[in-house]
Amino acid sequence: MHVVVDLNKCQDHGQCVFSAPSVFSLDGQGKLAFRAEASGTYVSPSLGEDHRDDVEEAADVCPLQAITVED
Amino acid sequence: MATDRVVVVGASMAGLRAAEAVRKAGYAGEVVVIGDEPHMPYNRPPLSKTALGTAPDDLSFRIPRHARDATWRLGEPVTAADLSARTVTLSGGDTLGWSGLVIASGLRPRRLPLPGPDRCVIRTLEDAARVRAALRPGTRLVVVGAGFVGCEVAAAARTLGARVDVVAPERVPVERPLGPLLGAALQRRHEAHGVRFHLGTVPVEYREASVVLGDGTELPADLVVEAVGCTPATEWLAGTGLDLTDGVLCDNALRAGGRPDVVACGDLARFPNPLFDAVPRRVEHWTMATDTGKRAGTTLARHLTGAVGDEPPFAPLPSFWSDQYGFRLQSYGAVGPADDVRVLEGDPDGEVAVGYHRTGRLTGVVLLGLGARYAHYRSLVTSAADLALR
Repeated sequence: MHVVVDLNKCQDHGQCVFSAPSVFSLDGQGKLAFRAEASGTYVSPSLGEDHRDDVEEAADVCPLQAITVED
Repeated sequence: MATDRVVVVGASMAGLRAAEAVRKAGYAGEVVVIGDEPHMPYNRPPLSKTALGTAPDDLSFRIPRHARDATWRLGEPVTAADLSARTVTLSGGDTLGWSGLVIASGLRPRRLPLPGPDRCVIRTLEDAARVRAALRPGTRLVVVGAGFVGCEVAAAARTLGARVDVVAPERVPVERPLGPLLGAALQRRHEAHGVRFHLGTVPVEYREASVVLGDGTELPADLVVEAVGCTPATEWLAGTGLDLTDGVLCDNALRAGGRPDVVACGDLARFPNPLFDAVPRRVEHWTMATDTGKRAGTTLARHLTGAVGDEPPFAPLPSFWSDQYGFRLQSYGAVGPADDVRVLEGDPDGEVAVGYHRTGRLTGVVLLGLGARYAHYRSLVTSAADLALR
């Protein structure tokens, strides 16, 4: 399972951080930390099933609907 | 054999999340979602913002895996419900039985009861498209209402070069949700962008190319948008015995009418949130559609599957945002009824955090900018709420 974030859609609301703090974080400027690792689209490393409920919640609550969970 | 079917009335975000949660919580019967709009569930916040400038990309929500086998009946409103016979009736005349009912029919825009030419509202994709088609540089737009939708429409229209007048009975914009301190700060920002406010007055007459206000002012208008709030779409529940005073009255688990097989969610669900007090309230926040949808679906599925034990109390943290010009307003917690509102950090004309207190306790924070401080202030609000729950 991976999370995919459309960094062009993302507007750094941070709701994902509150739902899945083990996966998402904001940097010191309040920007999604993945922006340092990718531009355009961020694809996470493979995540364990124990993250699934949290990352699905993060995808649901993203105001821009910029997060997808892919198997 | 008795009907084994969950019917979700309302195919917007709350209905989608409820349908998803019903299945996720283990219900194996049929799930039918009925919507009056001809669209699959879509994301509404952009409609009063960017979608007024350029046609949005597809705003449809992804259908999560637990909702993929639901049946969708779109473009056909439900006109009646019978809680004794456990049925709903659709506008085309079909009657559908259910063993569990989710009420998620949402809101519709309020309209001012004034005659005259037609006015626009902002609730649906078609509403936004209609305003978008009429907005041009130099268009004379009158926005009636200075809540969040009115302010967002004004900001989007100014950004597109329209001439914008905002009319509202309050002393400052967003006075009821945010109070005078931030309302005045937002007014200054709008005025710096060229919006003209006409406050403490209301339209009394709509003419062909103007709006006449109660104080006698006549505003030229090529386009009028009414953004004067919404009312719950509960007409189809008339005569069911449910308490339909300002939405649908629910218990903390979102059951309506004291029945285990009827739940409500989204903008119309009026429920007590133990984070704050025991008063049932509707909360028209985007995040609340997901929170209540999931909880209502879970409550219903647990009843239908005979699950035992109690779920923990439902205590969602309200949260909303608004984008206007280049700034974002972000709110956590309860900010409406407060007896003490003060700046916690920063400057209302720059970046600021404003705290809302009731009887000495911090119940909510609103930030303008300060994106790097979201987590800090959100945790201040949740910590204060946790203390109050103990």
